[in-house]
Amino acid sequence: MGKTLVEKIWADHVVHSADGEPDVLFVDLHLVHEVTSPQAFDGLRAAGRDVRRPDLTLATEDHNVPTTDTDRPIADPVSRVQVDALRRNCSDFGVPLYSMGHPDQGIVHVVGPELGLTQPGMTIVCGDSHTATHGALGALAFGIGTSEVEHVLATQTLPQRPPETMAVTVEGDLPAGVTAKDLILAIIGQIGTAGGAGHVIEYRGEAIRALSLEGRMTVCNMSIEAGARAGLIAPDETTFDFLRGRRHAPGGVDWDNAVAYWRTLPSDADATYDREVVIDATRLSPYVTWGTNPGQALPLDASVPDPTSFNDPADRDAATRALAYMGLTAGVPLRDIAIDTVFLGSCTNGRLEDLRAAADVLRGRRVHAGVRALAVPGSMSVKAAAEGEGLDQVFRDAGFEWRSAGCSMCLGMNPDQLAPGQRSASTSNRNFEGRQGIGGRTHLVSPAVAAASAVTGRLTSPADLT
Amino acid sequence: MQSITVLTGRAVPLRRSDVDTDQIIPSDWLKRVERSGFGAGLFAQWRSEPGFVLDDPRYAGASVLVAGRNFGTGSSREHAVWALEDFGFRAVVSPKFADIFRNNCTKVGVVPVEIDDADVERIWAAVEADPTTDIVVDVDARRVRCAPAGVDLPFVLDDFTRWRLMEGLDDIGLTLRHADAIAHYESLRSSWRPRTLA
Repeated sequence: MGKTLVEKIWADHVVHSADGEPDVLFVDLHLVHEVTSPQAFDGLRAAGRDVRRPDLTLATEDHNVPTTDTDRPIADPVSRVQVDALRRNCSDFGVPLYSMGHPDQGIVHVVGPELGLTQPGMTIVCGDSHTATHGALGALAFGIGTSEVEHVLATQTLPQRPPETMAVTVEGDLPAGVTAKDLILAIIGQIGTAGGAGHVIEYRGEAIRALSLEGRMTVCNMSIEAGARAGLIAPDETTFDFLRGRRHAPGGVDWDNAVAYWRTLPSDADATYDREVVIDATRLSPYVTWGTNPGQALPLDASVPDPTSFNDPADRDAATRALAYMGLTAGVPLRDIAIDTVFLGSCTNGRLEDLRAAADVLRGRRVHAGVRALAVPGSMSVKAAAEGEGLDQVFRDAGFEWRSAGCSMCLGMNPDQLAPGQRSASTSNRNFEGRQGIGGRTHLVSPAVAAASAVTGRLTSPADLT
Repeated sequence: MQSITVLTGRAVPLRRSDVDTDQIIPSDWLKRVERSGFGAGLFAQWRSEPGFVLDDPRYAGASVLVAGRNFGTGSSREHAVWALEDFGFRAVVSPKFADIFRNNCTKVGVVPVEIDDADVERIWAAVEADPTTDIVVDVDARRVRCAPAGVDLPFVLDDFTRWRLMEGLDDIGLTLRHADAIAHYESLRSSWRPRTLA
């Protein structure tokens, strides 16, 4: 019987296998950031251990860093201590680090692919649940906890059990104006926030093949929001075109050898999955979330749901609680929801294509009075590229703040936060209670919807603009 | 980590589903570089709400948290488990756990006990009726018992993880038994695989 993409990558990375034990899996790339690593480095020191493969490890500063005044020391003393700890740890253990101010600094999941470090068929881990982003290039990439970070630093391996496989096949073409973000929100809305638990999702089908590599990253990025630890897409010409010529991509004869190997990776025609879900792309439209988990998503055309419409008691309770937290009333059209903040950025939607999509909506338009709008490139390299084509001016002219790279308002760990009661249209990945700041209310949207919403001050799609 | 064979203790009934790791330990707490002291931040936002169950003195000193489904959804932060452990919880009972959270539990020595919604409901009812009700989490036998709820059920725990929990073993030492196999694997890797150092 044929093998799936995941099964092939797995088989190529088993270092040790024994009955009754997890497989010991080799890790090709370990990405590190300041938040989930300090206790791991301390563990190494306490045990007298070294980093086994600093040459397969890369660190960047992203969660804590401010996105303004990046040439000055971090003002928050607690954040500064954590970032300083990363610098000291990387220096002590010989791990390469892109610090604030470095031209390659940025969100760890934006940096890896843009440097060409993320390649098909690799195993990639990071102490961050959005590591699945790298699956867009056909890598098996997943988030780990700090104990596992220490384990990978010490051994370059992880004890792992093979996951169940799940195929999400997206048939047909996405209608004009419907983006990768809308697609993944629709998928999560359909299968639920635990729908992919215990599984690795392979996204397949016409609509997935037609996505750009950046769009594929948006889809894979939010696999964890569907409960799946990893999500990936078979490598194809789009993947190879993206990688060719990048700094860490193979060159010359190595490139040919690598591509020959990468072409063997896609799932065999007779491979089977433990679970299969089919999505009809042609029926999709821009999606937004209305609640406090990413599965609470609906088309922008819909209205805030009535909690009593849910059959399942847990869903009903969750919806009731979500509406109370979000300050929303059942039956109100989603388009009537007023927002006061727009966040464009994050590892989900902080790449050049995302900035272009928003800028296309904003040209010749202005941010609505009273709306604060932030454009935050996912990396300093994205920022430079965007400035190279004048996007920064488009954002500034429209009334957006143009920032430096970092996780920014995706999570409340740096100065970019919502105040209690503020409401955002955000291109990030989580709408949990307090995620963007204590008491803040989040509606997850695509970059195009974020830009259009900034213009009207309400949840709006570009097609609604006159 | 601390070994655990049989845990007998009182429980806190947390009647909420999809409890995400941002609620278990808010991100502001993630700026700390220490490994201890996270219990004070456990459910920090919800604890500011009057009547939150964790603040109910009748449940003080409990060592088992009984929650709704999809517990631990969200981020990979092991800090969530550290916070539960530091607060005094050694087991969490839920109809379903998020993958990374569940995995982190077994690295720290907190037992994830997965049983059906209806059985969780019965435990909630029993514990709410009598907060002194004991729950027994038997790692050795892989069973969870709560007599007043009529619950005496097996739960899934693979042999390797059960052994690690009972012995209190960390993974790194176990993996380093295979150091030769790791070195052999490394010697066979394709030379074009990327490196972060020049």
